[in-house]
Amino acid sequence: MSSTTNDRVLEILNTHFKDSILSVNEFRGELTVVVTKEHIVRVCDFLKHDDELRFHLLEDLCGVDMYTPTDRFQVVYHLFSLQSKLRLRLKVVVDEGDLKVPTVSTVWSTANWHEREAYDMFGIVFEGHPDLRRLYMPDEFEYFPLRKDFPLMGIPGSLSLPKK
Amino acid sequence: MGLGSLSSEGFMTTKLQAMINWCRKNSLWPMPMGISCCAIELMSTGDPRHDIARFGSEVMRFSPRQSDVMIVAGTVTYKMAKVVRKIYDQMPDPKWVIAMGACASSGGMYRSYPVVQGIDLFVPVDVYVAGCPPRPDNLLKGLMALQEKVQQGAKVGEKEPVTIE
Repeated sequence: MSSTTNDRVLEILNTHFKDSILSVNEFRGELTVVVTKEHIVRVCDFLKHDDELRFHLLEDLCGVDMYTPTDRFQVVYHLFSLQSKLRLRLKVVVDEGDLKVPTVSTVWSTANWHEREAYDMFGIVFEGHPDLRRLYMPDEFEYFPLRKDFPLMGIPGSLSLPKK
Repeated sequence: MGLGSLSSEGFMTTKLQAMINWCRKNSLWPMPMGISCCAIELMSTGDPRHDIARFGSEVMRFSPRQSDVMIVAGTVTYKMAKVVRKIYDQMPDPKWVIAMGACASSGGMYRSYPVVQGIDLFVPVDVYVAGCPPRPDNLLKGLMALQEKVQQGAKVGEKEPVTIE
């Protein structure tokens, strides 16, 4: 077993993607790296296939609504390396005016449904996704219910019921 | 029906409709619409300790064509409501509906956008059983209340629904 640590992960990332990294944060041993939207697929592909890192497992992919005037949404990727037992969190910032993020379902196929969930709940559009349909809500639903400005009880009349 | 003459004279007289209702109420075959945790208590109701067979309802039919009472045991989302209604429509008359538990009766603790706030918004309900989930005893009490309605000849949604607290 190699003795890769968070510092080493950061070192490798810095040598290859210095310009793609917006910020780095480490809290209680958890490393978080904010990556530019344009390079997220390249970074992910590298992290998965690099011989030392091997982040083979995408544990989770989710959306976040910060409800701020700019850079409102985030997409968060949780990676795990079965080889070095390391975890890494990647983040991409998404502005409300441009909700497109490149898909990573080409890197980890499990991202397919995770991205559909993030699209369903937040309306983040994953470009290049093979089948970007809603996951939970009915296809004809027009809103994105996990956004902070969506009312808890929903919008009356937006979901149909069978006739009694 | 008077059963007094049956033992002494070997026959009895009754009204045909009363006889039919008596037969119906003692073999209410459930359609187990188990869609969340209430379904576990519904299963417990069929176990030897609670023994729903005492009331002639042990035959859980997974085909709506062969069932009499739909027991809606669980949280119904808007997406699932269409399925519940479809299965209800496929059941032959006469048919009845028990709303088992808080979710089916009123949406329960799910006061939120995807959950239907009570199945009576899209199917008629005969008996509401309270509880989260209701104990099997309470479901049996609800079943007995339904039997009472069936004996009186009530069709689905015809009489005021009964609430079992």
